[in-house]
Amino acid sequence: MTRRSLAVAAVAAAAALVALAGCTSTAPPPPGAQGAGGPIQVRAGDTSCDVSATEAPAGNVTFSVQNTGTKVTEFYLLGTGDRILGEVENVGPGLTRQLIVEVPQGGQYTTACKPGMVGDGIRGPFTVTGNVPGSAEGDALLAGAVTGYKRYTTSQIEALVTRTQEFTDAVKRGDVPAAQALYPVARTYWERVEPVAESFGDLDPRIDGRDDGEPGVEFTGYHRLERDLWATGLQPDTNVMADRLMTDIRELQTRVAGIELTPLQLANGAKELLDEVATGKITGEEDRYSHTDLWDFRANVDGSQAAIAALRPVLDQRDPALGPLLDQRFRDVDVLLENYRQGDGFVLYTQLTPEDTRRMTEAIDALGEPVSQVAAVVSA
Amino acid sequence: MRGFSRRRLLGWTGAGAAVAGVGAVAGFTAGAAEPAAPDPASRVVPFRGVHQAGITTPAQDRLHFVALDLTTTDRAAVASLLRRWTTAAERMTVGAEAAPGGAVNRNPEAPPSDTGEALGLPAASLTITLGIGGSLLDKLGIPRPPELAELPPFTGDQIDPALSGGDLCLQACADDPQVAVHAVRNLVRTGFGTTAVRWSQLGFGRTSSTSTTQQTHRNLFGFKDGTNNLKAEDGALLDEHVWVPPSQGPAWLAGGTYLVARRIRMHVETWDRTSLAEQESLTGRTKGEGAPIGQPREFDLPDLAPTSPIGEDAHIRLASAQNLGGVRIMRRGYNFVDGSDGSGHLNAGLFFVAFMRDPHRQFVPMQSALARRDKMMEYIEHTGSAVFAVPPGLGDGAYWGQSLLEG
Repeated sequence: MTRRSLAVAAVAAAAALVALAGCTSTAPPPPGAQGAGGPIQVRAGDTSCDVSATEAPAGNVTFSVQNTGTKVTEFYLLGTGDRILGEVENVGPGLTRQLIVEVPQGGQYTTACKPGMVGDGIRGPFTVTGNVPGSAEGDALLAGAVTGYKRYTTSQIEALVTRTQEFTDAVKRGDVPAAQALYPVARTYWERVEPVAESFGDLDPRIDGRDDGEPGVEFTGYHRLERDLWATGLQPDTNVMADRLMTDIRELQTRVAGIELTPLQLANGAKELLDEVATGKITGEEDRYSHTDLWDFRANVDGSQAAIAALRPVLDQRDPALGPLLDQRFRDVDVLLENYRQGDGFVLYTQLTPEDTRRMTEAIDALGEPVSQVAAVVSA
Repeated sequence: MRGFSRRRLLGWTGAGAAVAGVGAVAGFTAGAAEPAAPDPASRVVPFRGVHQAGITTPAQDRLHFVALDLTTTDRAAVASLLRRWTTAAERMTVGAEAAPGGAVNRNPEAPPSDTGEALGLPAASLTITLGIGGSLLDKLGIPRPPELAELPPFTGDQIDPALSGGDLCLQACADDPQVAVHAVRNLVRTGFGTTAVRWSQLGFGRTSSTSTTQQTHRNLFGFKDGTNNLKAEDGALLDEHVWVPPSQGPAWLAGGTYLVARRIRMHVETWDRTSLAEQESLTGRTKGEGAPIGQPREFDLPDLAPTSPIGEDAHIRLASAQNLGGVRIMRRGYNFVDGSDGSGHLNAGLFFVAFMRDPHRQFVPMQSALARRDKMMEYIEHTGSAVFAVPPGLGDGAYWGQSLLEG
C-alpha cells in the first residue's frame, strides 16, 4: 500500500481513453488470421522449445502449444523490451493449448517456453513480415499499449484469485507452514498490478493495509493474516479475515474487468511501482512479520517493466534512445536481485546488510529516473 | 593569562568590520574577476577560469559537500555525466535553474528538470568544485599519481568507511545554505545511473578565511581558526603550496590541486568544562583576540622559540610551518552539527577541507605531528577522511575532467 492514495481514473483521462479504445474496436479485423499451413506447432519440453515456423505474416498468428515435458509450462510471444504480445500459462504435462496473438506490425520478435514457469525461458527468434495498414500510427500504438497492458492485468488478477484462494484455504485449514509458503506467492500477483488495484481507494486498505495502530482503523487483508501466521499465532477471527480477503480479491477482479486505462496511467503506474520498491520494500516496511519483502520487490519491478514494455512501440517511435536505456537499467536490477534468490524465492529482508540495501537503492534510483521520463514522452 | 574586557572585544569587532569593508573594495580591484554587485547576495562567482572556483574564492558561509561512487566503469558514461554536470553547475552558479524548462515550465506530465527549492533565490556566490578520487582512476584504468595514494592511519583515528573516500566529490559553497543544497541535490539526481552518493556533509560558519578581505571565523571550540591560513592574495605562495605545476604531473592535473577532507568530531561538552587557561594553552592562542600567546594582536607572528610562552605541544606550534619544515596548506573548512549522537551530546565538529600540492608532503606530516602530540586530540576524533585530485579550471567550452578523460 502506498503512503498516499492514488486517484487513477480522472474523468477527462477516461474520456480520452474511450476515444482511443474506439480506434481499436472500429478497426477492420486484421487480415492473415491464420498462416497457410494452419497453426504453428510448439512442442514445449523440459529443456526444449521447438517451434515449427519462425516466420509469419502480420495479423493474427496462431500457435498450438503442446507440453511434451513433465513440468507445468508457459509459452510467450515477446516484442522489444520483453513486451508480452501473447501468452498461455499453466499448460500441464501432456496438454495442448491454442494461442492466437494479434501482431499488427512486422519486425523481430521472440518465442519463449518457460518449463516450470521460472526464469527467462527457452527462447528463439520469430519474424513477422509486412504490416497491418495503419497499425504504426501513434493512436494505434497507444491503443495497442493499453490493450496489451489490460491483458497483462487481467491475467495477473486471474492468477491472484487462484493463488489467494489457495493461500486462504491453507490459512483456514490451520496449515501454517503451507500458508506461509503461499503468502509471498499470492502477493506477487498483487504487487505486479498494484497501481491498478490501488486505484480502488476503498479496496486497497482492506486488502493491503498495515497495522499502524491508528484508533478506529480495522486491520484486515494480507498483512493481518501475515501477522497471525508469523507473529501472534492464529486468532479466533483469523478465518473470518481469510474469507473477507477472498471476497475483496474477487470484488477487485470484477472491478478491474470494467476499468478503463490510459497510456499515461500505464507510464505513471510504472513509476509508482518503483516508488513502492524504494519506500516500502528496500526499507523492509511492507512485510514486517514475514520479511518476504524481496518477493514484493521483484513483483513491483515485473509490473513496472510490463507497463513500460506495453508502451515500448510508442517510446521507440518518439524517443528512440529511451527504450534501450530502460532495457539496460531493468537488466541491472534483474542481475542484482538474482544475487538474493533462494530456491523459488528470495532471502529474507532480515538477512540483508546495509551494503545490500544501498546497492538496491542505487539500482532503483538509476532505473527510476528514466522511467519517470516516460509519461512525458507518452503524453507529448 | 591575560583577560580581556567586553569593551575591548567590541572595539576589535568594530575595527575588524571596518577592515573587512575596505578589503572588499580592494578585493574587487585586485582580483578583477568578480564584478561588483549592488547586493552581495546576488554576487556571481565566475565558473570558468585558470583554476576551479571554490578554492581561493573568499570562503562563503555555507557548505554542502558530497562524495559519490561510480556505479559504472564505462568511461563514455562518465564523460557524458561530467558534461551534463558542467552544464548544470554553470547554470546554477549564475542563479539559473539546473536545466532549461526548470522547475515549472515543462510538460506537466514530466517531472520538473529542476527541483525548485532555489527558485527566487539569488546566486549567493555559489561555487561548485569537482574532485576526482583515486578509486575512480583505478576503476577507469588510469594511473594514480603518487600524491593521490591513500592517507596513512593516524594515532587516534576513528575513521568510519561510510563517511570516507569516494570516486568523485562535489564541494558546493554559497552564502545561502539552500542554494548550496539545491546545487548538490540536482547534480546527485543528474548522476543517478552513473553515480550514487557515498556520503555527504553540510557545513556552516566557515572556519577559515581564504582572503585578506575576510575576518577570521571561529570554530565550535570558540577559537578563531585559520588565522595563519594561505590567502587568495598570496600569489607566489599559492604556486608554491597549492597549485600543481606542470613539472609535477600528471598533465591532466597541471593547474589543479589536491583536496583533503577530514570529518573531525569535536566533543564540545567536555571542552566546555575546560578552563579558559587550559583552552588557550592547548590552542596556543588567546580566545578573545586570537593572538598568539605572548603577543597582543591576532596577526602578530607567534614566538615559537623554545623559551616562548607557547607550550611545546600547543596546537599552533605543532601545526606551524616552522615546525613542519615550511609546509603550508590552504584550509577551507566549515563547522557542522549533525543533530545529536543519541547519547545526549551534540554530533558536532569541524569538517576540515584543505587544498595543497601534495597531501603526503603537506597534510600527512602536519596531521602526524598533531595526532601524536596535540593535547587538543583529547577533545576531538577524526571520523571521516578523503583525498581528491581537483582538476584545473575550465576554459570556454570545456567540461569538468575533460583533461583527464580525453588527455
